[in-house]
Amino acid sequence: MTATTPTMTPPIAQRRFEPGVVAAIVYREWRVFRRVWFSTAFGSIVEPLWFFIGFGFGLGALVSEVAGLSYLEFMATGTIAIGILFSALFPGLINGYARRTERHLYDGILGAPVTVAELVAGEALWNGIRVAVLSVVTLGVAFGFGVSLGPGTVLVPLIAVFTGFGLAATGAAFAAKLRSWHGIDIVIGGIVAPMFVVAGTFFPLDGLPVWARFIGDINPLYHCVELLRGAVFGFPGFGQTMVHLGALAAFNLIAWLAAVRLVRRALID
Amino acid sequence: MPSSPAPATSHAVLLDDVVKRFGAITAVDHLDLTVPRGSCFGLLGPNGAGKSTTMRLLTGQAIADSGRVEVLGHPLPAASRQARAVSGVVPQEDNLDDELTVAENLTVYTRLQRVPRAERDTAIARGLAIARLTDRADTPTSELSGGMRRRLLIARGLVHGPQLVLLDEPTVGLDPQIRQQLWSTIAEIRASGVTVLMSTHYIEEAERLCDLVAIVHAGRVVATGPPRELIGRWVGRQVLEVAGDPAQLADIEADARAAGLRTRRSGTSIAVLDAEKLDGQPWADGEPRDPTLEDVFVVLTGEELA
Repeated sequence: MTATTPTMTPPIAQRRFEPGVVAAIVYREWRVFRRVWFSTAFGSIVEPLWFFIGFGFGLGALVSEVAGLSYLEFMATGTIAIGILFSALFPGLINGYARRTERHLYDGILGAPVTVAELVAGEALWNGIRVAVLSVVTLGVAFGFGVSLGPGTVLVPLIAVFTGFGLAATGAAFAAKLRSWHGIDIVIGGIVAPMFVVAGTFFPLDGLPVWARFIGDINPLYHCVELLRGAVFGFPGFGQTMVHLGALAAFNLIAWLAAVRLVRRALID
Repeated sequence: MPSSPAPATSHAVLLDDVVKRFGAITAVDHLDLTVPRGSCFGLLGPNGAGKSTTMRLLTGQAIADSGRVEVLGHPLPAASRQARAVSGVVPQEDNLDDELTVAENLTVYTRLQRVPRAERDTAIARGLAIARLTDRADTPTSELSGGMRRRLLIARGLVHGPQLVLLDEPTVGLDPQIRQQLWSTIAEIRASGVTVLMSTHYIEEAERLCDLVAIVHAGRVVATGPPRELIGRWVGRQVLEVAGDPAQLADIEADARAAGLRTRRSGTSIAVLDAEKLDGQPWADGEPRDPTLEDVFVVLTGEELA
């Protein structure tokens, strides 16, 4: 071995949030994704395909119009939202738990000058980017089934990143509290199922009881679906759009802060 | 806010009266430790002695309840990030990224360690050389042998050219041949001028590699010094190992103590310490041997290391 070169790492401030470190976390995820892209791509195409066949043709034959849209148009945006939910929250949850308890990856990463806030942000951002690509694939499937896409459709990936970030952070927050794999059942039944059902994805919230509509109002996926429908088929109005955006922004902030706090508590003794 | 440079200190690591508790358990109990720059320093103690907790205190992954912790002049936890930027960590747990290749594992850490873009290729090539895996740069990490993985872990901790490297039980669970290879790697790191702080419960490892050793027991440092000096101070120049049945061993123990000598029970034999002070050879079947740090550990703690 040759004599050691001086430390290459430039000075770093203790508290500053370093975008470069977040980018390094995203880079790691990208390198891993390059090895597993096929299974992800396969699922991204096949899963919405089944939703379109089942709900689009099956339920669509019974329901002609929902909230001023054909049922196929209505459920197409719902399918995109469900893809965002599953593909952001579950990696945050499952990877977060495995990397902390079984693979000890976080111990290695935090041995470098990385803060928990940067670690959580990097992983959530990556999952946001991933579901943005997935949303484009689902749009392609929708187009193939005859859904006409408006010019605002270009905003769909941005809405996907925005929602995916918060959902992935939510997964990370719950992962930090898990004591075993069995705890995932609680998250699926207690969090994912109501988010999935009470979001206006495959049916509107109007017919639900008041308490269920309230759950819908605070469900980030509902605001995501409404923004997706606005982007693809026309926004309902500035004020309404801002409410959905504001709700998602608040959700992102709360989810990220909660994840940082809980992951820190789980990793730092 | 820009970071201020750490004050130049003669020590790479300082722990002063440090306490770390986990509920009712005190893992680190008023521990004092000073690791001089440029040394290879060994924390020697059995499992559960507090070595790994001490290591985690030095990476900011555990926060002391009281006492002072400094790494390369940076106080912890307040400046743990600055400390981590100039030190490297080789954990006891194998936490390599199995989904990446050998080179990718190093590449990710050059980025996490914020090695400037222009220097990354050099750093990765140097890391591959340290791991002796240059010809396997594109091999998936999951295909490496245990020894290769451990070398890659060490290289990962050194990829940014740290001034201090923390090795937590670097050879635990490895077979003797691989352990020898790693000792050679650690000796090279030490020769390159990097301060090495390693925890181990292997006596031979500490004796061969370390300039200084701290014997840790129940969260405390019970003795510190160069291995030979510790041995000379606590167990003398020679040990007489005498085998026998329990009754014989009890007699020998009593006789030795009556002669002012200390003894150490070890399975079916008894070790008489400071045996050079014996006048003649009272136990004809005794085997003289060189004293070890394990003798020191037993004398100081009353417990066996393994």
